[in-house]
Amino acid sequence: MIAERPQGALARLTLLYPAAVLLVFFVIPFGIMLAVSFFRREPGGFYLVEFSLANYGNLFTALFARVLAFSLLISAFCALLCVAAGFPFTYLLTRMPRRRQVVWLVILVSVLSLSAVIVAFAWSIMLSQTAGVSNLFVRLGLLDRPQSWSPGFWALTCGMCYVAFPYTVLVLYPPLARLDPHLPEAARTLGASPLVTFFTVIVGSLRSAIVAALVMVFAFNLGTYLIPQILGKPQHWTLSVLITDEAIYRSNLPLAAAMAVFFMGVSLALVGMAMLGGRRRPGGAA
Amino acid sequence: MSRALRGLFLGAVLIFLLSPIVVVGGVSLNAKKALYFPPKGVSLAWYAELFGEPEWLLPIANSLAVALLSSLGAISIALPLSYALWRYRVFYARALLLLGIAPFMLPPVITALGFLAFWATVGLYGTMAATVVSHAVFFVTLPLVTLSLGFESIDREIVEAAQVLGADNREVFRSIVFPMIRSYLVSGFAFAFVLSLNEYIVAYMVAGFTVETLPIKIFNALRYGYTPVMAAVTIVFVLLAALVFGLIGRFGDLPRLMGALTPESRAS
Repeated sequence: MIAERPQGALARLTLLYPAAVLLVFFVIPFGIMLAVSFFRREPGGFYLVEFSLANYGNLFTALFARVLAFSLLISAFCALLCVAAGFPFTYLLTRMPRRRQVVWLVILVSVLSLSAVIVAFAWSIMLSQTAGVSNLFVRLGLLDRPQSWSPGFWALTCGMCYVAFPYTVLVLYPPLARLDPHLPEAARTLGASPLVTFFTVIVGSLRSAIVAALVMVFAFNLGTYLIPQILGKPQHWTLSVLITDEAIYRSNLPLAAAMAVFFMGVSLALVGMAMLGGRRRPGGAA
Repeated sequence: MSRALRGLFLGAVLIFLLSPIVVVGGVSLNAKKALYFPPKGVSLAWYAELFGEPEWLLPIANSLAVALLSSLGAISIALPLSYALWRYRVFYARALLLLGIAPFMLPPVITALGFLAFWATVGLYGTMAATVVSHAVFFVTLPLVTLSLGFESIDREIVEAAQVLGADNREVFRSIVFPMIRSYLVSGFAFAFVLSLNEYIVAYMVAGFTVETLPIKIFNALRYGYTPVMAAVTIVFVLLAALVFGLIGRFGDLPRLMGALTPESRAS
């Protein structure tokens, strides 16, 4: 059954067809986008084939810099929150009996699969004046009257973390599931309290997995597009919003492409740096 | 962690994950066109509007068509590719696997913009074909990963035994390989289908003004003000996802799939 190379027309087709589809519909679009970032804008159309570096020159406006900085900051902040909560959660999850694990995983995957439109809508209701949690606080006597907490920075944070948390758990699940269960047991036998065991033995032995998760969730957050538009104010819009705006509403595809290429470069560089930093740290098990 | 602390923490996570859905579920039942929680009066009128008005039925039909066709398309790429990866040792098969995973790893707006530039260039911008093919490529990662896992779980000795007993390739595939990968095929299809139903930015970029899918419709409707119909859509989406993933959890191996769906484990 195991052959070194495919033989016969049908066997060759099993590789040729997927290769052709991915080449035509993924590699070529990507190449076109790269090329378009060097082309000129055609008013009312898409682009004119004419080489220029103008798009990259036009990139560095104060608005672009501010939006880029905010995108990086909010993505990093939410990644930090999600990993801080997600790591102990995933640890507990991997120690549960299988049936309960499956129930939790169904909840997490269902939330993760939800459209960002729906998540943002749900959180804007959750933080609204008529239906939101502030009503609960009024009933508990913590507030005088219900308040609207959306849109705003914290509403955006809630929405982004709501999507990123299940993702964080999925990223952390494999390394934590592989963790030798004898390790914490040994620490407990030697007299460490459960909390001390958790912070020294478990966090310590999975340091590089934590760094990897931070990077992954950060990169995932950078893609957020809809949530800032619904739960944030205009000053909270991210680079993804700016790029789409440029491509669709200002119909300046070349500038949007240049932004996207730059954005990809920045995120790849940051991810690469963080990965290297995580790997070099002494004592980190891969 | 002590028992009480652990319960408190898990409870807090559960509340964080479920309370927005509970609140939206309550809002979807309001008797009047207002967003109150707890709802004022109980009515299913908003669900009736969702499944009765052409304004909502058309996006529902679009979304279902796109999700069905694109997840079938994703399977059609992923099945031969993962089969070839398992069956042949050729150098470019690994490269193809990476290529199949890449669309899902980039920030979606970048992939979406690539699709937009492509469809604008070939002149199919704004057609449903563009949405379907883009989604098929965008979500190919999911069936690719689940199917690769399925093929890995096949015991090669059984395959060899069947061959020794005189089975040809086709018979081996029909009697051994296919039954072994069936549940992974279904999971991969289900993941691609549900995510395509929920996807916004690619669908919006390649045909947002002509092929209105349900997420695009919801976002457009949000601009004109909130109505309980959107709460009803949300609940329908949540129930659908819970049903699909609940079935995978019940009949498939969700913990194993979870381990495989993250890039960290794929790299190793």
